Amino acid sequence: MTLIDLANPTRFLSLTTRLLPWLAAATAILLLIGLYQSAMAPDDYQQGATVKIMFIHVPNAWLSMFVWGVMSLSALGTLVWRHPLADVAAKAAAPIGAAFTFLALVTGSLWGRPMWGTYWEWDARLTSVLILFLMYLGLIALWRAVEDPSRAARAAAILTLVGAINLPIIKFSVDWWNTLHQPASVMRVGGSTLDRAFLIPLLVMAVAFSLLFITLHLAAMRNEILRRRVRALQMMQVAQASQRPA
Amino acid sequence: MTAMSLGPYASFIVTSYLLVTAVVLLLIVWIAIDYRRQKQTLHELEAGGVIRRSGRSAMDIR
Repeated sequence: MTLIDLANPTRFLSLTTRLLPWLAAATAILLLIGLYQSAMAPDDYQQGATVKIMFIHVPNAWLSMFVWGVMSLSALGTLVWRHPLADVAAKAAAPIGAAFTFLALVTGSLWGRPMWGTYWEWDARLTSVLILFLMYLGLIALWRAVEDPSRAARAAAILTLVGAINLPIIKFSVDWWNTLHQPASVMRVGGSTLDRAFLIPLLVMAVAFSLLFITLHLAAMRNEILRRRVRALQMMQVAQASQRPA
Repeated sequence: MTAMSLGPYASFIVTSYLLVTAVVLLLIVWIAIDYRRQKQTLHELEAGGVIRRSGRSAMDIR
């Protein structure tokens, strides 16, 4: 099966049905390993046990941006290549991305209170992530407001690409402005500054959450394809009813 | 590992993990319910005689 074949929603559904159980099992196993490693990780010499919040906060924060990146590629697919599944992929990813961003904000807040002495600070990193969350909600609202999916797709794709400007702002906000948030310590030039005792559980959790996203995304795409089939059949039903003699 | 070893900020750590668990479970349940709802609606439409132009069932994914 080639990438072109996946442009056919029926073939995509067939592949998804075969893949989902394996992906779900791999996600569950990796999450269990990650959670065990997180529980067994030593306390940080400065942060104590609160460092354990990092193992869920950081994967959610990474995915909040990664999902918008996936949606931006899908937006290009909608606008440039008019790929039949591009809009489906973007629409299905938005609620999942919003959930990851919400979790990044709240777990960050719960980590910030004991470490910084405050739940919230209007600095560049926190504010730009809050804007990302609001943009997710705006996109979801846009898709819900326009009944015809193909009409909503173009507007949503443009909004997604405009919103992608926020991604480098989030990434480099800790370097460009003064902020309470620590600078990058994993994905940085010169390598990670994290000790292996923290880095390995963090990477395992990051892969587990990425697999979780792929699993949920494929399942949500399958739902969206079926929703569009329901809509098409309902329109045919209305058309058939109007053609019947009174 | 017991909650005792989580130190003075155990409530922040436990709340974070519980919240992530709750939201992830909510996402899974929402997607599963949505799948069942779409399948059921498709079955009802096809049972009512509405079929796709191709003549294939909307649930046929082979």
